Formats: sequence, C-alpha cells, structure tokens
Amino acid sequence: MELAKQNTELNTTDTFIQDLTTLNLGPTHPATHGIFQNILQMDGEKIVSGVPTIGYIHRAFEKIAERRNFYQITPLTDRMNYCSSPINNMGWWMTVEKLLGVTVPKRAEYIRVIVMELARIADHLICNSILGVDTGAFSGFLYVFQEREKIYEIYEEICGARLTTNMGRVGGMERDLSPVAIQKIRDFLRDFPKVMQEFETMFNRNRIFVDRVEGVGPITAERALNYGFTGPNLRAAGVDYDVRVMNPYSSYQDFEFEIPVGTKGDTYDRFMVRNEEIWQSLRIIQQAMDNLPEGPFHADAPEYYLPPKQDVYRNMEALIYHFKIVMGEIDAPAGEVYHSVEGGNGELGFYLVSDGGRTPYRLHFRRPCFIYYQAYPEMVVGTQLSDAIVILSSMNVIAGELDA
Amino acid sequence: MAEITNEQLIARLQEKFGDQVFDIQEPYGLVTVTTTRENIIPMLQALYDDEVLQMQFLTTMCGMHFPDNKGQELGVVYHVHSLQNNIRLRIKIFFPEDDAVVPTATNLYATANWMEREAWDFYGIRFEGHPNLIRILNVEEMEVFPMRKEFPLEDQTREDKINTFFGR
Repeated sequence: MELAKQNTELNTTDTFIQDLTTLNLGPTHPATHGIFQNILQMDGEKIVSGVPTIGYIHRAFEKIAERRNFYQITPLTDRMNYCSSPINNMGWWMTVEKLLGVTVPKRAEYIRVIVMELARIADHLICNSILGVDTGAFSGFLYVFQEREKIYEIYEEICGARLTTNMGRVGGMERDLSPVAIQKIRDFLRDFPKVMQEFETMFNRNRIFVDRVEGVGPITAERALNYGFTGPNLRAAGVDYDVRVMNPYSSYQDFEFEIPVGTKGDTYDRFMVRNEEIWQSLRIIQQAMDNLPEGPFHADAPEYYLPPKQDVYRNMEALIYHFKIVMGEIDAPAGEVYHSVEGGNGELGFYLVSDGGRTPYRLHFRRPCFIYYQAYPEMVVGTQLSDAIVILSSMNVIAGELDA
Repeated sequence: MAEITNEQLIARLQEKFGDQVFDIQEPYGLVTVTTTRENIIPMLQALYDDEVLQMQFLTTMCGMHFPDNKGQELGVVYHVHSLQNNIRLRIKIFFPEDDAVVPTATNLYATANWMEREAWDFYGIRFEGHPNLIRILNVEEMEVFPMRKEFPLEDQTREDKINTFFGR
C-alpha cells in the first residue's frame, strides 16, 4: 500500500529518475584475469562510471629490492609480468650491466634477443587467445597454448625453469644454448607459423569476433600518449613508438623488423597489432638463429660472473670470486641508471639509484600495466559490461605487473 | 625526426630556465637536472610546449628518501621523454620531510594520477591539487609511509624469533 502510494507520487512528477546499480566486478572474477576490482555504476547494461581498486597482490618489490643483492632481484622481476618473465630478467641484467659497465659479447646478446622474442610471442599469444575466450571462442586458446607450451620447453632447456625463469647472469647467460635447445627453437620456428596462420584464419575476419571487438574501447593517440601508454596498446592507437627501435639494446639494431601500427586504438586494432608483432618476433628469432655469432656466451668479468664450478674447487681466485658473488659482496659504483626494454606490454623501465653499496639504494620499476590501466575507467564508460571484459583482456593487464 | 644531443638539450634548458635548473649531470648518458618544487610544474609545462624539445611524454615519476640530507630529505624524480626527438630528461626536486607538499602534474599528464598516488602511498608526499589523493597499493588504514628509510626491512640474521611460530 505504502509502495503503491509512492509510485503514484513518482508518476505524478515529470522528472525521470535514473536508477543506477552498483556492480562489483572482481576482485576475484573469472573474466578479470587477475585479482583487481572495479566498482562499476551501471545503468542497466551500460556502464556509467568505474572505479578501479588495485593492490591485491602488492608484494613491495621496490622495498624488498633495497635489501637484496643485485642477483637476488631477478626473481622479483620474474613475478611482475609473469607471462613474459625473460624480458623482465634481461631488462634487469642490462640495467645492472649498465651500472657496472660490463660489455656483453655478441653471442650472449643474440641469445637474449631470441629468448626475449620467444617471451613476447608467449605473452601476446596469451593475450590474444584469452581475448578469444572472452568473446566465446575457446578452441583458439587451447590450440595456441600447445605452442606456448613449446616455448616453455625452450625456456626449460635454457635455464631449467618454465614460468618464473630467473634467467641470465650479469654479463650474459648462465650457459650456452644446448644442441637440444637449438633444435627446439628450430622446430618451433618450423611448426609455429602454421598454427599462427590457422589462429589468424579463425579470428581475423570472423564476423562474430569482429562484431564483438571492432570499435570497442577506442582511444585516440593523443589520449593514449597523455595516459603514458606504451607497447602494443599505444601502437594500436597509431603511434610507432617501440623501445627496440628508438633506443636499441642488446643488438636489436642488427635485425630487420617492422613495427605494426593500428589506426583507431580499439580492441580489434590491439588484437591485430599483437598478431603482427608475433610474426615480426618470428622474423627476429629466425635472423638471430641464422646469424648466431660464435664466441663466449658471457662477458669476461670475473668479479661479477660466477666462475665454473670445477674451478671453484681447485683455483684460489675462482673460490674467492665465487664466495664474494654468492655473498653479494660486490660494491656497485654510485650512480643512477634508467634502462628500459620493450616488454610484452610496453616500456618496462628500471630506475636504479646506487649509493655505492651492495644493494640498490632505490629501485623503481616503470611498469607499463600500472601506467596504462588508469585509462580503463575512461575507456569503459558508455560501453556495456560484456565490452568492458573484452577491453580489459585486450589491454592485457597482468596483475603481477600492475601491483609489483 | 631530428635527433637532439645532450649538449643541445642542456643549452636549451639553460637558455630557457636560467639558474632555475642546477646540478646538471649526465649519469650514463641521461641528462639529469635539479629544480625547485615551485618551478617544477611551469618547467614541465614549458618543456611540453617547447616547439624544439616537445617533451610530451611522462615516462615515470617516483618518490625518493634521503634521510641524511637535512632539509631536503624527500624528493620526486620525473622522467620525461620527447618521442619526436628521442631524448630523455630526468628532473629532480627535493624538499623537507615536514613540509612534503608538491604541486600536482595531473593537469598536464593524465598518467601522473596514479604515479602521484603511488608516491603518496609510499613516501607521504602530498600533491596539491590532485583529484583523488588516496593510497593505491597499500590498505587505506595504513598509518605509515613504508618506503621511507626509517622502516628498514627485517634483519635477515636475527635470531630472537621462535622457530615454532615462524615455521623455520
């Protein structure tokens, strides 16, 4: 009775009362690919505003790093973007090498390039195939994950680990590419293009898929730059910024490859840019394998690079260096370094301040996810809930990198 | 795309800002300057609008803490990048711990929003004019600023813990 009366009163007024629903998307939600929450204000199916909450897997890496030796920080970088940990590892080693002034031999640089490009393929495969899952196409995901598994087997052959690789050393790699590893990379280069071709055939011009992603969550180049976008998300908006080309590191200037760019910055462009980058990465790996230089796989820097184990038992100097390196008794020169690499999601930067001690005085990670995820509310406003999920997965927000 | 060398950048900075920039260094090839917090926003704006430099990309910014520099304990480091000229610049500001207030850069760069929230969260640097200055990675109830140097990590060699309780 009371309610009916209220309704009558409402109907007598001419104003339309908008009824908003608050929806908690996350923190744990199967479609969010990680633990982050979005409090969405919904008008029916339409999103009116969104407030992201992050920090659910914050592990204080920057603080922990202030009490760790340089080689103990690599495992922390593994756990940032865990879809492409080798890129993080190599980025960190290059930062330390820059600080210490170690020159890396060509062969080690080429091996690093191979590993980093494999990691980029794995990263983009996850992003794009999960985007397929979110739009209802499950088989593409299962299909390319077999290939991702092969990349992980290559990691395993190179460093012994699969997901959190902790790969490399100051001055190079911990061991040379084994014949098995070389064979596995060659097999991958032979078999993967066919799979990728089929994956693209399944999606690129699939009407159902294109209808779901085209024009969804566009961002202009200007806004993207203002939001600090880097990587595939920025290139999808039409800006050809790639750290590998702008500030080449680890011999990237030796390779010929193209930077794909999109035009609209929407979900479809992001998908296509990542697909094309996979092809370009394959090109780079092929070139690196064909021109893999002979020579040492690590720098001749005994004070930073662990000596061979048999020498440690027989050789005084080797024993001393082994002890000093393992106990972290290496005083780094005072100074500050910024080094950035092109991670799976964009410019992954390491800002390292050393006061001459054995640990960093301050270490700041420029994490691309953290920086571009703040544009998410702006991108989802006005779209539907199902589009918000698609935008989220096309941006490839990795919770580990977001929260560090 | 004209490349600008470090010398040209430094000359341009000195011509534009005079003695407002000081302590000019080039550690590992990246031009580093220090300025005062009053100047930081006009300087970022001028670099943004400069028709030669076009430094329009804020790569990252973070807080710093040097407890031994009395009167200048806290700092903020900005890394700006000119994508057109492919040159980076590092700008630092320092200010006392008990007056940790810095003008916000969010009016210029949308990306500064979360970076400033992070600096507030970890170092307690208050950004004047920030639209939503709340903690970002830590819980809202936290009372300390954990990245400051007065909160050291636990000594890994301490022996006063009882193994039964700590599972060691």
